[in-house]
Amino acid sequence: MSSRELLDLAWIVPALPLLGAVVLLFFGRRIGEPVAGWIATGLMALAFVWSIVMFAALRDLPEHAQVNVHVLFTWLPAGLLHVDFGVYTDPLSVTWLLLVTGVGTLIHLYSIGYMHGDARFSRFFCYLNLFAASMLILVLGSTFLLTFLGWEGVGLSSYLLVSFWFERNAAAVAGKKAFVTNRVGDVGFLLAMFLIFASYGTLDYAAMPTGARLIGGGTATAIALLLLLAAVGKSAQFPLHVWLPDAMEGPTPVSALIHAATMVTAGVFLLCRAHPFLEASPDAATVVAWIGGATALLAGTVAILQPDIKRVLAYSTVSQLGYMFLAVGVGAYSAAVFMVICHACYKGCLFLGAGSVIHGNHDGQDMRVMGGFRRFLPYTAMGMTVAWLAIAGIPPLSGFFSKDEIITQVYLDHDYGLWIIALVAAVFTGLYMTRLIFLTFYGNERFELSAAGASPDALPVVSGGADDHVAGTEEEADSDPSPTVSYGEAVQYAAHPQAPHESPGTMTGPILMLAFLAAVIGFINMPFDGLDFFDQWLEPSFPHVPEHEPSSFFQGATLEVLAVILAIVGITLAYRMYRRGLEDPARDPLNERLGAVAPVLGQAYYYDYGISRLVDGPLRAFARFLDRVVDHRIIDGTVDGVGKLVKSAARGLRHVQDGLVRRYALGIALGAAALLLYALVWVGR
Amino acid sequence: MTITSTYYLVVAAAIFTIGAVGVLVRRNVIVMFMCVELMLNAVNLTFVAFAKALNDIRGQALVFFILVVAAAEVAVGLGIIVAIFRRRRGATADDLTLLRDRDLLSDRVATSEDA
Repeated sequence: MSSRELLDLAWIVPALPLLGAVVLLFFGRRIGEPVAGWIATGLMALAFVWSIVMFAALRDLPEHAQVNVHVLFTWLPAGLLHVDFGVYTDPLSVTWLLLVTGVGTLIHLYSIGYMHGDARFSRFFCYLNLFAASMLILVLGSTFLLTFLGWEGVGLSSYLLVSFWFERNAAAVAGKKAFVTNRVGDVGFLLAMFLIFASYGTLDYAAMPTGARLIGGGTATAIALLLLLAAVGKSAQFPLHVWLPDAMEGPTPVSALIHAATMVTAGVFLLCRAHPFLEASPDAATVVAWIGGATALLAGTVAILQPDIKRVLAYSTVSQLGYMFLAVGVGAYSAAVFMVICHACYKGCLFLGAGSVIHGNHDGQDMRVMGGFRRFLPYTAMGMTVAWLAIAGIPPLSGFFSKDEIITQVYLDHDYGLWIIALVAAVFTGLYMTRLIFLTFYGNERFELSAAGASPDALPVVSGGADDHVAGTEEEADSDPSPTVSYGEAVQYAAHPQAPHESPGTMTGPILMLAFLAAVIGFINMPFDGLDFFDQWLEPSFPHVPEHEPSSFFQGATLEVLAVILAIVGITLAYRMYRRGLEDPARDPLNERLGAVAPVLGQAYYYDYGISRLVDGPLRAFARFLDRVVDHRIIDGTVDGVGKLVKSAARGLRHVQDGLVRRYALGIALGAAALLLYALVWVGR
Repeated sequence: MTITSTYYLVVAAAIFTIGAVGVLVRRNVIVMFMCVELMLNAVNLTFVAFAKALNDIRGQALVFFILVVAAAEVAVGLGIIVAIFRRRRGATADDLTLLRDRDLLSDRVATSEDA
C-alpha cells in the first residue's frame, strides 16, 4: 500500500474514539467500571498507534508534496455551496493527531484511577471519547465547515464535562458559562466562513492559500479578525478568557485534557490553518500578537495570588496560550505549534499532578493548607517538579526551547514592546509556578492546622465538639459545596485532618510519563541550524512564510540567556517568600507585599465582576427596551396592524354579500360588459 | 334580399339582451329560469351563424354540447325550484337570501320563517 493510500485512511483516527463514545453511550452502564474505562483508553491508544502510522506515511512523501486530501463523501451538495467530507493530512494536522491521541491516551488512563467509584463512571469515558473524536475531526477536516463541526463538538463535550458533577450548582453554572462564552466566538467563526464563501465560493482548505493574496486587504483583514474572535473564544484569550478559570469545576482530568492540553489549543490550530489570511493582512496579525501578549501578561499577574491549586494552573494556561497567540501574531507559526506540544506535556503533567494532590488531599484544593506533600506523594512531587522547571523555562527542559523561541522571534520581528511584555510575563511564570510548587510540596506541613490556629497536638480535643458542629451546619447550608477556593475566601481547614496519600499507579504513571516528555520533548526543536527538526517538519504546512533567523549566534544566545535570567529572577523571588511555606495560612507574604494592588490582581482586575455588572445593568436595561418598545410596540404593532387593516376592510366588504341573486347577476353582467368594453377599446387597438 | 349572417347575429343579440334583462328585472324564479334559457339559445344561434359563415363545422358541434348541458341544467334547476315551492309557497327570488352574510342574515331569518 502506498503512503498516499495509507493517508486516505486517516479517518480511522477519529472513528475509533467515536466508536467508543457510541458503544459507551448505549452499553456503558452494563459494561460498568473499570472495563468501560479500559475500552475508552484502549481505543485511544489504537488511535495513537494509527496516528503514528499516519506520521510515518506522511514522512514518506516527498517534502514539497506533504499534503494529502482525501474526500470520503459529499456532505452538502447545496447549489453553489458544495462541501465534501474529507480528511486533510499535512504536518500540521498530523502533529495535532499525535498530540491529541498521545496526551489523550495518558489522560484516559489517569481517569480510570481518578474517577474510581464515581456513579457515572462509564458516562465520563463516553464524554471523553466524544471529545477526542470531535477534536480529531476538527484537526483533520478538509474544509472550514468540517473544522467547525469538530469545533462545536469539542464545545459540547467541554460543556458536558465541565458540568459533569451537575449536582453541584457551581459546576452547572460553570459549564453554562463556558458554553455561552464560546458561542460568542463561534459567531466569529460563522461570519468568517460566510465571508470566505462569498470571496472564494468554496470552504476547502486546499483552495485557500494562493487566493488570500489575491483578495483585497480589507476582506482578508475582516476574515482574519473574525477567525481571531473564534480563536479567542475557544482558547480563552482576553476578552473572552472568563470561562476557563471557572471551568476548573470539572473533574481534574477534564481540566488537563480539554482546558490545558488540547481543546484550548484549537484556536492556535485555526489561526495556523488560516495563516494565509494573517499573511495577507499585517494589521490583523498585529492584533493577534497584542491580544496574545496582553493575555500572557495579565493572566500571569492574576495567577500569582490564587489560593486554589487548579486556579493557578488555569490562569497559567491562559497566560501560556497568550504566548502561542503572540507567536502566531508575529508569524512564527512553527514556534507556536512547538509551544502547543511542549505546553501539552508540562501543563498536562501539572494538571494531572494537581488532580493527584487533590485526590490524595481528600478533595481539598486550598494550597494554603497543604505544604510538605513531597513526603506523602513522592511520585507526584517528582513529576510536578520537573514540569515546574519546564514551564518556568529552565534549560534544557522543553519550556526553555519553546518559550525562548517565541520570545526570540518576537524580538526579531522588531516588536520590542511585545518583547518586553513577553519577558515580564516570563518572570510571572516563574513566580506563580514556584509559589504553587513550594506551597504544595515543600515548606511546613499545614494540613493538620485547624481554624482556631491551634497546634496539631490540641486538635483531637477541639475536633470532638465545636468543629463537628460547625461542619454540620455548613453542610445543611450547602449540601455539596464547590471545592474551588476563590481569592479572598477564608482558608478552608479540613474538619478532620488526615494525612494525604499517594495515588494509584494508573494516576502516577501518566504523570511521570508526561513529566519525562516535558523534560525531553524540547530536543525535537533546538535553535541550532540542522537541529530544528520540528521547524523543518512543519515547513510544508507553512509555505511562503518568511522565517526570522538571528543575525549571529551571539545575538541568539544573548536573547536566550536574558529570558532564562528573568525566569530565574521570578523563581528566586517566589523561593525567598515561600521557602518555608506559610507561617499562618491566612497570611500570604506576596499578598501583603503587594498591598493595595493585591485585591485587584487576585480578583482578576474585577473583569468578571465588571462584566456581570455590565450585563446586569445597562445591557439588561437595553434588552428590556428592546422587549417593551421594539418588540411589543414596533414589531407587534406592524403585524397586528396588517391584521386589523384586513379585518376592517372585510367588515366593509361583507355588506356586498346580501344574498340577492339578481344583484349578483347584475354584478356579473356589468363585469362582463366591462371586460367586453376593455377588449373592444384597448386590446383591439 | 339575401339573408346574411348579420341578420342572425342581430336576432341573437336581441334575444340575449331580452334574456339578460329578464334575469335582472324579474323576481319570479321560473321566469328568471326561462330567461337564462333564452340567453343560452341566443348563444347557440350565434354559434350556428358563425359556423355557416366561416364554413367551420366545429361551431355546430359545440351547439350540441350546449343543448345537452342546458337539458341537464333544466332538469336540475327545475327540480330545485319545485323543491323550493314545496317548502315555501309563492317565494320570489328576492326572498331566497339564505346564503347572505351571517350577521345580516340573523335579523331577517326570523321574519322569513314567520312568513
